[in-house]
Amino acid sequence: MSPQEAPSIPRSLSPSRMGPTFWKRSSERRNGILMVAPYALHLGLFFGYPLLFAFVLVFQRWDIVTPMHFVGGKNLVRVFQDDLFVRSVLNTGLFLAIHIPLQIAFALFFAELLNQKLAGRRFFRTIYFLPVVVSGVVVTILFQQLFSFETGYVNAVLTALGGQRVPWLVSPKWAMPSIALMATWKNVGFYVILFLAGLQNIPTSLYEVAYLEGATTWQRWRYVTLPLLNPMMVTVVVLSTIGGFSLFIEPYILTGGGPLDSSLSALLYIYNQAFYFNHMGYAATLGLLFALIIFLVVTLQRRFVETREQ
Amino acid sequence: MKHEADMSVKKISLYVALTLGALVFAYPFVWMAMATFKPELELGGLALVPTHWTLDSYRRVVETVPIGRAFLNSLFVVVCVTTAALVFGSMAAYSLSLLRWRGRDMTFNVILFTMMVPFMVLLIPLYTLVVKFGWTDSYTGLVVPFMMNATAVLILRQSFMTLPRDLLEAARIDGCGDLRMLFTIVWPLSLPALVTAGIIVFIGNWNEVLWPILVVRKETWMTMPQMVALFSVGGGAYGRLGPQLAAAFLLGLPVILAYLVFQKHFISSLASTGLKG
Repeated sequence: MSPQEAPSIPRSLSPSRMGPTFWKRSSERRNGILMVAPYALHLGLFFGYPLLFAFVLVFQRWDIVTPMHFVGGKNLVRVFQDDLFVRSVLNTGLFLAIHIPLQIAFALFFAELLNQKLAGRRFFRTIYFLPVVVSGVVVTILFQQLFSFETGYVNAVLTALGGQRVPWLVSPKWAMPSIALMATWKNVGFYVILFLAGLQNIPTSLYEVAYLEGATTWQRWRYVTLPLLNPMMVTVVVLSTIGGFSLFIEPYILTGGGPLDSSLSALLYIYNQAFYFNHMGYAATLGLLFALIIFLVVTLQRRFVETREQ
Repeated sequence: MKHEADMSVKKISLYVALTLGALVFAYPFVWMAMATFKPELELGGLALVPTHWTLDSYRRVVETVPIGRAFLNSLFVVVCVTTAALVFGSMAAYSLSLLRWRGRDMTFNVILFTMMVPFMVLLIPLYTLVVKFGWTDSYTGLVVPFMMNATAVLILRQSFMTLPRDLLEAARIDGCGDLRMLFTIVWPLSLPALVTAGIIVFIGNWNEVLWPILVVRKETWMTMPQMVALFSVGGGAYGRLGPQLAAAFLLGLPVILAYLVFQKHFISSLASTGLKG
């Protein structure tokens, strides 16, 4: 259609001038702003304001009931004297150190299995993903039974096989590793899907070339699969680190952070500071510092895991 | 011949490994479902099927906490949050993809930035804000802070940008306004993106527990995951595992059923949060 065939349409609206000019109407700017306005106002009030207020709270002592009290850098000084916060960050670090390698190993293993040409792949994929969609509360309560020392399923299996009972949640040594095992079980299906997508993006021709050149299965995996999977590996490491740092409900239900604070996660500690002690200024300070720690860890991970484009 | 035999050995071991994996991920849920019908004394055993079927565990849950109310609270909150996230999110996405105005790209970058800030930075100041508004122990406090969802905007915008321009332009010539265009033309063409964004918001909000535990302290307003978690730690179950498992099963069942029916949508939706990130 040309302007000649449709003379009634103003030139600026004519389909022959589609693209930038067509959309540039007097109302476009107004409507554009109006339609994003609800979102933008909400963002300002429930993201922008709290973000700025977090920095204000760093310098305040506030129990939320009585007026705020300016304390200068006291909250920051206190963080470095707060052994329990340091402990909770280290606990979370231990959790990640166990959880992430396990998760990557199992996710890669199952993704490789599902990447074979097999009937019933979809069925298995569905099953592996099941724990991902279920609430962490459900999984945690389930594992409370499975990991119970006296009557737990896992220990019943272990003793039936002639082994020893493991004090999963009741010993300071085992509490955090148990939570890491549980988190791996819950999340691995998510990363199976990510790795599977990564594997399916690798052109089969590369494997054929490697095969013709006499590469063994291991060599093909090491020199074709692993390098080409690197971008997905970075995604998996970063996502599971960020997810792992927000560990909260599992220790909250299973152990309450115990025994002897061995499973106190950083977020659980921040929650306790706010909820039980009404230390809003201090809790906000911890939240900011903890986010900074996450940022640093993720940056370091990227540096170590990411391989440069050749 | 030897090659074929190798192949079938390989195939069988693959299936064995896959099946073992399936048992590891699915059996605990099956066991849990059965365990909720066992008397407390049977919980320690390895048996799957109860020798004495009983509803005691469920009875204990229903008698101790208003679990039905919590379920309805959760449902109401999640439906409100998801609807708002889709309606306002698609309005924003429409403006950010199909309209042109100065400051548009900057606005989009700000929205992307909000996704990068960990929630724990906002947790305390957001909580104090909700307290200041007097929104603790209310639906408002559970719904309003989460009515907008950046992931939903991102997914919807991505989808809106692929729509055939000709069609939109034809509608525009017919005098179709932006809101009507969005809900009568763009929405029906973007159903997959709406489903994806909807599932992500719905599941994320249904399973959210930290925020409700912070802002709700009265049983009347508790959400389902919160109620189940507090029932477990708060002594409502008197240390008995059966009722805790029963409560947890009531929380998990709706999601498990929805997942088994719509599993393809669930997997692709939830995985897309990782694949695009």
